[in-house]
Amino acid sequence: MARPTVTERAMGITKDVSAGKKALYAALAVLIVVVPLLFQATTGLGFLVRILVIVGIWILLALGLNIVVGYAGLLDLGYIAFYAMGAYAGMLIGQSFNHVLGGATYWVMLVPGAIAGAITGVALGFPVLRLKGDYLAIVTLGFGEIVRISLNNNIFGLTNGATGLPRGNEVVVPPIGVEWLRDNIRFETPLGQFVFHSNLYWYFVVLGLIILSVILINRLDDSRLGRAWAAMRENEIAAAACGVNIRTQKLWAFSIGALSGGVAGVTFAYVQQFISPESFTFMESVFVVCIVVLGGMGSIPGAIVGALVIRGVPDLIQGLAVAGVLKLPGETISHITSYRFLVFGLLMVIMMAVKPEGMIPSRRRARELHPDDEAMRDDEDQSLWDVEHNQRLSNQKP
Amino acid sequence: MHYLMEQLLNGVTLGGLYALVALGYTLVYGILLLINFAHSEMFMLGGYVGLLVLKLLSDPGMAAKAGLGFLGPAQEFFNSGPLGFALLLATTFVVSGSLVGVVGMITERFAYRPLRNAPRLAPLISAIGVSIFLQNAVLLWISSKQLPYTRADGSLFVPAKTLFTVAGVEVTSMQVLIIATSLALLLGLDTFVSKTKIGKAMRATSQDREAAGLMGVDINKVIALAFFIGPALGAIAGIFNGMYYGSVKFNMGFIPGIKSFTAAVIGGIGNLRGAMLGGFLLGIVESLASGFLSNAYRDVIAFIVLILVLIFRPGGLLGGSATEKV
Repeated sequence: MARPTVTERAMGITKDVSAGKKALYAALAVLIVVVPLLFQATTGLGFLVRILVIVGIWILLALGLNIVVGYAGLLDLGYIAFYAMGAYAGMLIGQSFNHVLGGATYWVMLVPGAIAGAITGVALGFPVLRLKGDYLAIVTLGFGEIVRISLNNNIFGLTNGATGLPRGNEVVVPPIGVEWLRDNIRFETPLGQFVFHSNLYWYFVVLGLIILSVILINRLDDSRLGRAWAAMRENEIAAAACGVNIRTQKLWAFSIGALSGGVAGVTFAYVQQFISPESFTFMESVFVVCIVVLGGMGSIPGAIVGALVIRGVPDLIQGLAVAGVLKLPGETISHITSYRFLVFGLLMVIMMAVKPEGMIPSRRRARELHPDDEAMRDDEDQSLWDVEHNQRLSNQKP
Repeated sequence: MHYLMEQLLNGVTLGGLYALVALGYTLVYGILLLINFAHSEMFMLGGYVGLLVLKLLSDPGMAAKAGLGFLGPAQEFFNSGPLGFALLLATTFVVSGSLVGVVGMITERFAYRPLRNAPRLAPLISAIGVSIFLQNAVLLWISSKQLPYTRADGSLFVPAKTLFTVAGVEVTSMQVLIIATSLALLLGLDTFVSKTKIGKAMRATSQDREAAGLMGVDINKVIALAFFIGPALGAIAGIFNGMYYGSVKFNMGFIPGIKSFTAAVIGGIGNLRGAMLGGFLLGIVESLASGFLSNAYRDVIAFIVLILVLIFRPGGLLGGSATEKV
């Protein structure tokens, strides 16, 4: 096959892709675009688009945490703090400037949101990154709680405490185009009336952000930084001995992960048009960790599928039940969140024992998690032998 | 001055609870190098199991409903006078401590033992899974609301009365009970680990698991024992917590769990006496900070202490400077 094009290379597709797989990808792409349009057009199913938007934001979060946990191997149990920082920064700054920015507020606020996330990441990372795995996990957990409690206590009089933002007399301006699309794109379909609802607008915004993140993360994984992370997570001492500056690399992982958490936070704030400390509890952090771990640490498809399954399926069941499509007793509906945590808790335990690499594992990560695998060691020995053998052959040539 | 003394007393009481829970973290960490994230749930389970046992042993209606009517004469004794009450408490501690201890051993058997040779992240994630599971199991199958920690007639198990006054500070019977019992248990555990044969085996295992195994120590037994003692002590702290604050809730373990872990780290994790010292220190610091700085931020203060200790003295006060083995 021909050399990969620039676009293909940019997307990390450096290998030849078979025709069958290409068709599959194309079908998937069509599905991603068409399905929400169909939902929106069908009477009574419009709320599903909303669920997809929220799941999309969780995919963004999972992709961000995946950098920290999956690539750099640092367990962060307070990841939601960066999400909260992004959301609050975006909301607070946005509310002071929306009379100037108008419909551009959300788009402009992505910048301070991302910066707020990244700065928090560095501020936390700088002192704590000397710590080893489980200590780091506890410190990040403590940090997440500090952020939440501070938000809840209306710190510096900014966050409006448990009531949340925006304050009673303020409104969140919808981004450019939402109103125009809603008023101008509407027509009858056999399924029902199609209106380009703001949910659809957000769906495509979030989709765009996800695609952008996937491309960037893919390139990152293949970069010098990505290789340094892999080396570091496999053996920190060996990596340091080979000249990898551990602290700098960890700081990069932390701040890049925090940055994407911040972006997800701003988006969440403007999608919901409301934020309160309740959305940023320790359980939400655990949720993201669940997604990354069960999906497959270090695996981008794992994070995406993880979010779809773990966040999407229960939300879907709940949504359908609330809409009356699915008949469930009232008590069960209100307890769906608890049931899913119950199941995920159990799944985490089972998964760690049976398949620690997750549903859609990254190949490299799977190998690291099965150090006792006989066949794997043979493979490695073989590859070492191959290298030596080839070297010997090439040495003989001249 | 009076206020300071009051806060100090509160701090010591709280510290006793933290110390009891911290021992569980430290025992397990000393042997397995694992932060047993599910330990805070043992504290919570202790609160619930303790409440059930207390009710069964003191409330005739409850016992009859559970088909334990034959407890009648024992209940009469338990409900009469101070000696009866002391025995009621002792029985409750033994029964609920053992039950929760068994739960601890079960979690070890199924969630941690299969991962003993896995990378360190795996058991930690497994422990988080156990913690989430237990919390939501209690929420779903017992109650999602606060349960009052009271007798059948709605009165507290330990009446809130002043026992004696020191320097103008009123010391309640509850506080005396908590401080005395936790000190006794701490001393008992310390003696157990330093004087008995199985205690020696525990110390050997925490120094070098493999070598201890080669010397004939049954590693699995020692680890199971650590997973029994820790949760049992945690359960007793949970019962005290329920009596002290008058209620139990499914998520009551989370914050005290983190704080007790902080206590274990302050003292030097893996070090039993360190955990006790850390528990009391953290309790006092927290009470003083909440009394003199800000009550709304009392949890934040404990977390800040944790972060500062980990950054500046990760080995803790009594732990040596930890060197990582390559």
